[in-house]
Amino acid sequence: MPESITLQVTRYRPENESEPVVQEYEVPRRQDWVILDALNYIKDTLDGTLAFRWSCRMGICGSCGMNVNGEPKLTCATFLTDSGAGPIRVEPLANFPVVRDLVIEMSDFMDKLPRVKPWIVRGKEKPLSEGEYRQTPEQLDEYKQYSMCINCMLCYAACPVYGLDPHFLGPAAIALAQRYNLDSRDEGAMERREVLSQHEGIWGCTFVGECTKVCPKHVDPAGAIQRYKLTSALEELKAFLLPWRNR
Amino acid sequence: MTDKPSYTEFHPRWYRPRMSTYWWVKKRAHLAFILRELSSVFIGWFVVYLVLMIRAARGPATYQAFLGWSARPIVVVVNLVSLAFVVFHAVTWFNLAPQAMVIHLGGKRVPPLWIAAANYAAWVVVSALVALLVLGA
Repeated sequence: MPESITLQVTRYRPENESEPVVQEYEVPRRQDWVILDALNYIKDTLDGTLAFRWSCRMGICGSCGMNVNGEPKLTCATFLTDSGAGPIRVEPLANFPVVRDLVIEMSDFMDKLPRVKPWIVRGKEKPLSEGEYRQTPEQLDEYKQYSMCINCMLCYAACPVYGLDPHFLGPAAIALAQRYNLDSRDEGAMERREVLSQHEGIWGCTFVGECTKVCPKHVDPAGAIQRYKLTSALEELKAFLLPWRNR
Repeated sequence: MTDKPSYTEFHPRWYRPRMSTYWWVKKRAHLAFILRELSSVFIGWFVVYLVLMIRAARGPATYQAFLGWSARPIVVVVNLVSLAFVVFHAVTWFNLAPQAMVIHLGGKRVPPLWIAAANYAAWVVVSALVALLVLGA
């Protein structure tokens, strides 16, 4: 087994370069090291100028997403040994502008997320004296899968629709809208429908399905979008057949 | 949905990579997706072919002429390629169906495999009925 492995890391220093370049680093090929450990090794001992984001190291903060050998991955959950003898290509997440080295600009996603109102919307809050909003385990199961999203944006990096049309609302935002639509305590489905049922919402999705494949938390955004397409189409049909019923 | 995120003043020189026109050749899954989208053209062709066949069924002479035209190598090749695409379209569609359909029976969620299996079963049954109608007559 080789003692070291080569990391081909994308560097982009806007003050020096107009386009990203590749820089190679040799790091120890340790069984227990993930890509993030190797990046931290580079930063600590080889090259302190390398810029990348990370926080929790345990797949919950969603900060360390990067393209590893062309696939969007959480670098804290991708082992060096997964790539055999190497070399390993480490690039910033695809489909986002690059600020520096492996750091991407995420304000587009941050802008889109609140538009789907990813929180519980109530027509009227019930008084505290009536107690909490209770839910059965079955009602919890309806949306629990979608609630596992950690906003890591790997699905945006995997989505060719988002790459071609940055106006597309995107997989995670729609999955999170569904997380609340399917929650028995929520009453905001109508408000979300206006955002979701646009062309830039669900209808932009062509069901490539890559978002679901790369999701580290098994959220299945592609499934959420297709399910909502059915809901939206049925609602449109209802509005057409029963125009006197609301709206 | 935003053209200009408000951060611009602090990051004057973002690198904005452009997607290549040929993004779909680099990855197998993307290629399969583009082929699935392309298959709609061949499904359209089968509809046109069906309409032509119905038109030709007005009389024995026109039907014979249609059969003769259908036996030309170019039409046979187009139809064989179309058949391959239609089968590809059907299989990929049925495999994706469980992701889009969530059905509850007796308060429990029907397992995804069952939904795909039900689609395939319906396909087989309908095909058998059509075969019975065509070959039995």
